[in-house]
Amino acid sequence: MHPSFLFSSHRETHEPMAAIETHALRKVYPGAPATKRRGGPSRRTPSGAPGMPGMPGMPGMPPGIRPPGGDVIALQGLDLEVREGEFFGLLGPNGAGKTTTIGILTTRVKPTSGTALIAGHNVASDPVGVRQRIGVVPQRPNPDRSLNVLENLVFHAAYFGIPSSVATPRANALLAQLDIAEKANAKVDEMSGGQQQRLMIARALIHEPRVIFLDEPTVGLDPQTRLSLWDILRGLHAEGRTIVMTTHYMEEADKLCDRIAIVDRGELLELDTPEALKERAPGGTLVEVSLSGPADNVLEATRTLDGVLRAESHGDVLRVYSDRGGRVISPVIQVAEEGGLNVTNVSLTEPSLETLFVARTGRKLD
Amino acid sequence: MNVSVFFALLRRDIRVARKELLFFLIRTTMQPLLFVIVFGYLLPKMNFSQPGYQTVLLPGILAVSLSLSAIQSVALPMVQDFGWTKEIEDRLLAPVPTPLIAAEKIVAAMIQGTIAAAFVLPIARLVMGPIAGLTLAHGGEVALIVLLGSFAFSSLGMWLGTAIPPQQIGLMFSVIVAPMLFFGCAYYPWRGLDVVPVMKYLVLVNPMVYVAEGMRGALTPNVPHMPLAAVGLALVIIAVVFWVLGMRSFYKRAIG
Repeated sequence: MHPSFLFSSHRETHEPMAAIETHALRKVYPGAPATKRRGGPSRRTPSGAPGMPGMPGMPGMPPGIRPPGGDVIALQGLDLEVREGEFFGLLGPNGAGKTTTIGILTTRVKPTSGTALIAGHNVASDPVGVRQRIGVVPQRPNPDRSLNVLENLVFHAAYFGIPSSVATPRANALLAQLDIAEKANAKVDEMSGGQQQRLMIARALIHEPRVIFLDEPTVGLDPQTRLSLWDILRGLHAEGRTIVMTTHYMEEADKLCDRIAIVDRGELLELDTPEALKERAPGGTLVEVSLSGPADNVLEATRTLDGVLRAESHGDVLRVYSDRGGRVISPVIQVAEEGGLNVTNVSLTEPSLETLFVARTGRKLD
Repeated sequence: MNVSVFFALLRRDIRVARKELLFFLIRTTMQPLLFVIVFGYLLPKMNFSQPGYQTVLLPGILAVSLSLSAIQSVALPMVQDFGWTKEIEDRLLAPVPTPLIAAEKIVAAMIQGTIAAAFVLPIARLVMGPIAGLTLAHGGEVALIVLLGSFAFSSLGMWLGTAIPPQQIGLMFSVIVAPMLFFGCAYYPWRGLDVVPVMKYLVLVNPMVYVAEGMRGALTPNVPHMPLAAVGLALVIIAVVFWVLGMRSFYKRAIG
């Protein structure tokens, strides 16, 4: 059952093989104190939310949305397992709970309930043991700007009890590997955004952790820098490191990860290899048509058109899965106009993680 | 492990403080030194103050330098780090209990407070000229007051720096720090407040009073001052309260 058992080796029996395990991991952020009322949790239930009154976090409760005074459910029972040596992706839109997940796994956020283990160490009861085994690359570079580049690495190593005689050669090797060796004695502020992100990767590696976490590592980087960062991450993966990366870029997850967990609103929707996930995507090209009125009115007529595999309405948006690519567009427009609606926008998406996400959530990734 | 990491953190702060020593000293000692020039040099020269006022003023100035720099050395980095730069996050990932990281910040600020006071003392003495009744004979008592005073104010800095929203940090100086300086018996002895009894007892909530009076007891014992035992006890209580508040507030900011 445990996929990690496939990877048997000579490790001591106390260190479980799974790099990361989470069981029913939940995180609820209490409502804003300013709007907190004394009436107990039942009065803080988001108004209009389906589910059970007084039980924030029940399925159906939209997390990431902050009703006045209400609790925010960032994660509602995440179960997953990351294998040793795996490049694991957490893919989801902003507010899906990715950063909260990383926060819990890196001991910076306390889970409300459930357990999370890093190499068998519980994040809640043994945060020190967990920190010993992880390296973290934050969403935005946060180097110590009072220190130069090399000092950033050597001091970070010292925070892990590594003497500078060991750390300094290791830091220089990492800077060379990440192609920023010439910046060793530079101030951090003299580096570009991409170089700072590389410094963050070097910092996450300096104490040789078992698991590396990257939280949206390429947000805000130009395309070329992003590609070179991808190469670096591929290199780290090839060295056999366990990597967990969050991203809301479908392509990034697809190209880099061994397995991808698609998360939305604090829930795990899908978990598989990119190939298996894409096979699971509904067939055909997704044609999304924005209309001037309710798409329900033309839904039935659309379904009868040639080449239409499936059609759904979401308010004013009509989603059509077509096995004829974009050739269904003009008949769909005709049907819409016959139904008295104007077309305001049309978009096409090939079968992909994106169309899988849309099919599962009714929303787009970004 | 914890000890070696603690010293690594301390080494980092000392390295950074050394790079910025001049700016640090200007930032934290400018205000007390200007006071020394106006009240310890100009006014006596104009005969606007009584002879002996400098004896009262000097320990107070040292107390202000110590306290102000101890507060600032923690509060400002905390506000910056948690507010926007997030730079402290590399230290929050260190494999040690989170309160140890806060404790190190407090110790670093105690050292900086002590340096600021040690820097001000000779300059003040130089500007004001010979000061009647000043003695360095009670070194142990001076050290104790410096230790307790810097501990209390660094802990206060930790609390303020982590509990106050970053955009209101300016308010902290005008609403909390400034009244603390002016009603802290730094520029007049506590016994002088006999003339305004209400105030004499109101100011007892101000931790600065004990540092200033303690400095008087240790450096200028001939000036009427609070008993050192009372000063020591008050500072211990204040330090423990601020320590607990500061640690709790730091933890809340560090772990979501």
